[in-house]
Amino acid sequence: MVIGSGTPMLELRGVSKRFGAVVALRDGELTLHPGSIHAVVGENGAGKSTLVKIMAGLYARDTGEFKLEGQPVEFRSTAESKAAGIAVIYQEPTLFPDLSVTENIFMGRQPVARFGMIDRAAMRAEVIELMTRLGVTIDPDRPTQGLSIADQQIIEIAKAISLDAKVLIMDEPTAALSGVEVDRLFAVARSLRDEGRALMFISHRFDEVFSLCDTITVMRDGSYVSTVATDQTSVPEIVRMMVGRDVNELFPKLEAPIGDVVLQVRGLTFPGRFADISFDVRAGEIVALAGLVGAGRSEVARAVFGVDPYTAGEVTLKGAPLPAGSPAAAMQAGIGFVPEDRRQQGLVLESGVATNITDAIRGDLVRGGVITRKAENAAAQEWALALEVKAAALDVKAGTLSGGNQQKVVLAKWLATRPALLIIDEPTRGIDVGTKSEVHRRMSELAVEGLAILMISSELPEVLGMADRVLVMREGRITAELSRAEATPETVMFAATHAAEEVSA
Amino acid sequence: MTATTVGYREYGRPRWQRILLTREMAIVGLLLLTLLVAGLAIPYFADRLTVYNLLRDMFATLIIALPMALVMITGDIDISVGSMVGLSCSVLGLLFSMGVPFELSMVLVLLMGAAGGLLNGALVAKIGLPALAVTIGTMALFRGIAVGLLGTSTVTGFPQGWTDLTKYEIGYTGIPFIIVVFLVLFAVFVYLLNFTPFGRGIYALGLNSEAAVFSGVNRDRTRIILFVLAGTMSALGGIYWTLLRGTARGDIGDGLELQVIAAVVLGGVSVFGGIGALYGVVAGVLLIGALSSALRLVGVTAEVIKIITGVLLIGSVVAASMITSFQNRRKKVTAAPSQTSVAEPAPSGE
Repeated sequence: MVIGSGTPMLELRGVSKRFGAVVALRDGELTLHPGSIHAVVGENGAGKSTLVKIMAGLYARDTGEFKLEGQPVEFRSTAESKAAGIAVIYQEPTLFPDLSVTENIFMGRQPVARFGMIDRAAMRAEVIELMTRLGVTIDPDRPTQGLSIADQQIIEIAKAISLDAKVLIMDEPTAALSGVEVDRLFAVARSLRDEGRALMFISHRFDEVFSLCDTITVMRDGSYVSTVATDQTSVPEIVRMMVGRDVNELFPKLEAPIGDVVLQVRGLTFPGRFADISFDVRAGEIVALAGLVGAGRSEVARAVFGVDPYTAGEVTLKGAPLPAGSPAAAMQAGIGFVPEDRRQQGLVLESGVATNITDAIRGDLVRGGVITRKAENAAAQEWALALEVKAAALDVKAGTLSGGNQQKVVLAKWLATRPALLIIDEPTRGIDVGTKSEVHRRMSELAVEGLAILMISSELPEVLGMADRVLVMREGRITAELSRAEATPETVMFAATHAAEEVSA
Repeated sequence: MTATTVGYREYGRPRWQRILLTREMAIVGLLLLTLLVAGLAIPYFADRLTVYNLLRDMFATLIIALPMALVMITGDIDISVGSMVGLSCSVLGLLFSMGVPFELSMVLVLLMGAAGGLLNGALVAKIGLPALAVTIGTMALFRGIAVGLLGTSTVTGFPQGWTDLTKYEIGYTGIPFIIVVFLVLFAVFVYLLNFTPFGRGIYALGLNSEAAVFSGVNRDRTRIILFVLAGTMSALGGIYWTLLRGTARGDIGDGLELQVIAAVVLGGVSVFGGIGALYGVVAGVLLIGALSSALRLVGVTAEVIKIITGVLLIGSVVAASMITSFQNRRKKVTAAPSQTSVAEPAPSGE
């Protein structure tokens, strides 16, 4: 199959990279054409990041060819890669928060006017021109602190364009964006494609890959699998190539008997975050909190668990009122909480797997007044096995595991507390397809065993596939409560973008 | 899930490596080397009296280093400990000179130390001020009160029984009796740090305080308790110095905080928190003590000893950060592939 024509913008052939005894990239292959948006998909650990890092000049390849516009290149640093016209936009942009948008875009290469002074007017003019070209409105003089991740990415892109980057690599740029922001990013990406640049896009979300990209390269276990044109393939085919097997059901939801009310929330309010939130979660039930990013879903969950305060309302667990603002009391009562940001909130990355798994049950491991490493390891052993965490040993630092395995460690940590209610904020963010369906299967099984689950998710297929009931939030209020039968992409999105009166009307 | 006998290895490294290849062991090794070289090369260093004086002089540093290590593992610091030693001396002298029974005076001083720690802890944990700023402030505050209370006068004439206790030697071993007190306190702190849920929380707070809070660690209470412990141990240190010298003065313990912090950092506690072990801290204190004692014996002046201690401290911090960055580099290269390289522990149900 021939895809694209003419000289490729960037070409990688038979590229490999090993670290000591382990092979990170076995046989990397990629061809980016000008005027094309090219998706690279694969499970975590498939070698996508290593490939990106080689292109960015962060790693030197061991073998293989690397050509840019037909010429072989050899990058020894990220600066060389940048100078050659390759720009990488990462999931979390790294800007200077106290400096203005303009200063960030020109960091390290400020134009100089007379007497060696920085030419502020020229800088500002170029930024305004860049923003107009990208069709976005960001004040060039404001500090980047407080800008959304989406805006920060736009600034990174503006920087890349002002450097006249020929190749733009976006590594999971949409993971933290809301629907509107994704649309804007895609519009920008398409206009850059039409200018004749080569774009590469890494994402775990197939709907995005299929709507944005014209070509898809699949990787598995450090090797190139195949490159296909988007209009000649389908999601099942791509998934099959990624995992090397058929994944029949992406969301294996099991029928669970619904029991008594476990969590009861009434009139929960914190001015500016959420107001008058009331709902129940029953044993065996998976309730999803849906809505756009910033609708206040995580804030409600954090308040229920006691990490954040609330000013009015009450939370009851199994009939007993829960004191506000005490995670310890919430845990005692039987709530487990898998937070949104697992690296910052869910795990102690510098600690071992065993320590992380037992962090929430450390009080229960005391025997005769002491906790021993032995007791910790025994408990960790049990839960790591139950969740099939892939780790070489129990004292391996959690930070070195893949995203999917880190999430399993966090799940193990909270299941070890044997909770009655499990709150899961973004259960599968940034984890690969195989682990994703495993997490979904696990959640489903837990519901069957009688666990009450409150799930927050920004991925609509996940919400629709997993939830018995969907609560939709918009601007801090619940605008709709939909049964599994009522919940469709249309009804959920309508409630997420319209006020409650309009929804019920 | 079917239970299997397949499991995880508990540790990635063999036992001897885990025990010997640590930063703490490097300090223990350095201590032993110093003792050996000094003992062989410097006359009178291995002498009973030298050992006795060394341990007696380091007692206050040793007992204050214990809570300081815990405070620093959570990522805080307490600069006010030296001033609290001085304040305790003054208040003990004042109470005694006012006719308060000596035993009661000691109890009151310990309570005052706890109260001073509570003040530090509350300002840090409840108001949210940086520990460094708060304790620099209370350092000046405590020292000012300490000197102000007694002025240039000194109090003497403390009960003979108590002052003798600080000088009592166990047999002819050169080991002062108060080392037993230290060993008891050491055991208590090791228990607290390494064998309780509270101690697990201390490490978690230092490495990632947000994740610790999400795991139910009471961040405010933990930090306050540790500052209270630091204040109380400092008060005990003040009582000790008063009894050892037989006089109470407000300027005692000047600069002690630096010696304590230096020893804690030298002993392997990370200045960024989250990492450290108490045996390393004890080795750090003894290393500083042994080194200055040895240097004094060969006639090096106090100023030069300070310079050497400073160089050693900076060297240890630099070495630690170099080791960490080296490990991170190795981690970086093993991190990416570790997902694919590790063995699947148990057959899955799929």
